[in-house]
Amino acid sequence: MLEINNLHASVVDIENSEILKGINLKVNKGEVHAIMGPNGSGKSTLANVLMGRPDYEVTAGSVVFYGESILGLRAEERAHRGMFLAFQYPAEIPGVRPWQFLKAALDSKAESRGEDKMSVRAFSKLFDEKVEAVGINPTLVKRSLNEGFSGGEKKRNEMLQLEVLQPSLAILDETDSGLDVDALRIVAEGVNSMRSPERSFIVVTHYQRLLNYITPDVVHILVKGKIVRTGGPDLALEVEKDGYKEYLAAAGANA
Amino acid sequence: MTLATLPAAVEKFSTAYESLLTRSSNTTGWLNVLRQQAWSTFSELGIPTKRRGNELWKYTNLQPLAAADFVYGVSGSVTRDQIKVAGPWDDAWNTIVVVDGKFNAELSNLNGTAGLNAGSLAEAIAGGTGDVELQLASLAGREEYAFTALNTAFIDDGAYVAVIDGTELKEPIHVVFVTSNATENRASYPRLLVDAGAGTSLVLIETYLNLAETAQFVAPVVEMFAGERSTIKHYRVQMENEKSFHLGTTRISQLGDSDFTSTSFAVGASIARNDIHTLLNAPGASCTLHGLYMTNGTQQQDQEISTTHAKPNCSSNQYYKGILSGKSHAVFSGKVVVERNAQKSDATQKDLNLMLSRGAEIDAKPSLEIYADDVTASHGATAGHVDRDTLFYLQSRGVSEDAAKAILVRGFAEEMLNEFKPTALNEFVERITDERIPILLAESDTIGTT
Ligand SMILES: Nc1ncnc2c1ncn2[C@@H]1O[C@H](COP(=O)(O)OP(=O)(O)OP(=O)(O)O)[C@@H](O)[C@H]1O
Ligand SMILES: [Mg+2]
Repeated sequence: MLEINNLHASVVDIENSEILKGINLKVNKGEVHAIMGPNGSGKSTLANVLMGRPDYEVTAGSVVFYGESILGLRAEERAHRGMFLAFQYPAEIPGVRPWQFLKAALDSKAESRGEDKMSVRAFSKLFDEKVEAVGINPTLVKRSLNEGFSGGEKKRNEMLQLEVLQPSLAILDETDSGLDVDALRIVAEGVNSMRSPERSFIVVTHYQRLLNYITPDVVHILVKGKIVRTGGPDLALEVEKDGYKEYLAAAGANA
Repeated sequence: MTLATLPAAVEKFSTAYESLLTRSSNTTGWLNVLRQQAWSTFSELGIPTKRRGNELWKYTNLQPLAAADFVYGVSGSVTRDQIKVAGPWDDAWNTIVVVDGKFNAELSNLNGTAGLNAGSLAEAIAGGTGDVELQLASLAGREEYAFTALNTAFIDDGAYVAVIDGTELKEPIHVVFVTSNATENRASYPRLLVDAGAGTSLVLIETYLNLAETAQFVAPVVEMFAGERSTIKHYRVQMENEKSFHLGTTRISQLGDSDFTSTSFAVGASIARNDIHTLLNAPGASCTLHGLYMTNGTQQQDQEISTTHAKPNCSSNQYYKGILSGKSHAVFSGKVVVERNAQKSDATQKDLNLMLSRGAEIDAKPSLEIYADDVTASHGATAGHVDRDTLFYLQSRGVSEDAAKAILVRGFAEEMLNEFKPTALNEFVERITDERIPILLAESDTIGTT
């Protein structure tokens, strides 16, 4: 489904700002991949580059999604093809209500695929169901998008969007950070209920805790812009116990 | 203050003024005195110019107005349907229609509500209704302000609204000032006097519409008297065509424990000024002045917002939002004066602007003049852009770039749009905003650049 080859990326307009230094990653249909790594190693950058954030420039390598190179596509075009990013730091958007904006997002996706738009009634029903499922206070979603939301509320709101939009590849960037135990379970249940042979996940996390609920198929360790180790679910336990010292030392030696 | 005079600019109003005196059916003695005084004030002041340290007009270029010619007193035909299409309308409202400055009974829709006396200002003057002689031009017209003087010199008719003590009106009063379709450039001087008695509660909507495609010079003056414990929700919708000039004056005097809220929607005209002043004239009075302005092309939109705390224990809140595109220019000149004895005053001032293009310009000058010592006050103004992060957030969900921009601009306006409470009015301002946003965006070059 997703194939990343030798991906290098820098910050636009900043010289010598390379963050991703040759990422290789293959995600098959139905798989859940976890990416772990120390602060500043490039996990969010990878997630954002995959989604097409214009702040980054890809200087080498390729990203192929469903057999098509997506590096030339705008973020909305990637979304229409089934990609979704739950942000580590969701933007606050005053005056924009989640309901309106998600309806616009779905309509735009339907339009791009030549499908019929969902009726307001059907959408409202779906929306209300998902609001309940992710445990967001319904009055909150009547307000502005993320404005004045607590950290945990923002993350739940990301889950709400994920569940409404039903992407085929969902990238979750630390959606588990800042969540209370109940919310963590909601995120995990959300992901587990959406797991299907047709849908894949890339879950960026610092905590083994989340992986107790969501059992990943593959775990990657990203250090200084490179994937330095790939393994099974046990790798997360190892990191939890030993930290990244060994990898950092090795990466430092290579640099 | 010295105001530079353009003699030619005054001259061209004088023929119209002479003919008004002979033509007007309104020959009430005190009115004639008022007009004459105002005319001599205006002929001294003339059309204000930017020059010679003229603070009030420092940021506003009236040269195009001074250079244009206008016909006064010619009126074309207007239908109810035209008004309904062009502006907000609800059959349940008590609507007063004023065409080219003249009250029009046929187009008006007055439901004979108890406690409400609404209709023609000319009739109120002729009949000496209520306190009309005392009130008219007592808040506006005798001051050194060219356009209120000009309006007062031309008082002939307009709208009069009086609400009897203790009356709580369920439905809004809607005053529509419309300029009829015409091939010539015309001047009109809409006038509205509102006398809200003690303990009254009312909603008053003021709409300025323009059915002509030619340049119209509209210089309205509105005076409102808010009685003790009265609650007035005032709305002002200003949307003349892009060739026109709108120079409006609104003056409110508030008695004890009255609460006045004004919400303005200013989107029209080539040069527009919304000059509103509230006088908190007795303890416990409070006012909230809100507004949304949107400009594009080469429009100029000025908000001259001022409040005087004359007595203790009053509160005022000024909060405006602007969306600017193209090479347009807006001014927010907010002023709060707290007089020496007005202790325990509370005043806030805020002006937030969304700049959609590099060529657009905002001059925001919130100012507080405080002469009392026990006062809570704050003020601030900002000019920002739609940033790349928020745009990317929406796009990453599949919303196209153009739609995302529209959603973000609309989101900025939303808070003010929500202040327009009457349903038909709310729907109207939302619709106009949605129609306007693509026009603003077409002239935008800053979204997503920061
Ligand atoms: N737009 C940007 N401009 C400048 N530097 C950037 C930008 N984006 C990322 N960086 C830098 O790139 C490095 C990687 O950042 P990134 O956010 O991808 O790390 P991360 O692995 O997600 O870290 P964390 O675990 O703290 O979330 C950091 O040093 C960061 O400061
Ligand atoms: Mg990160």
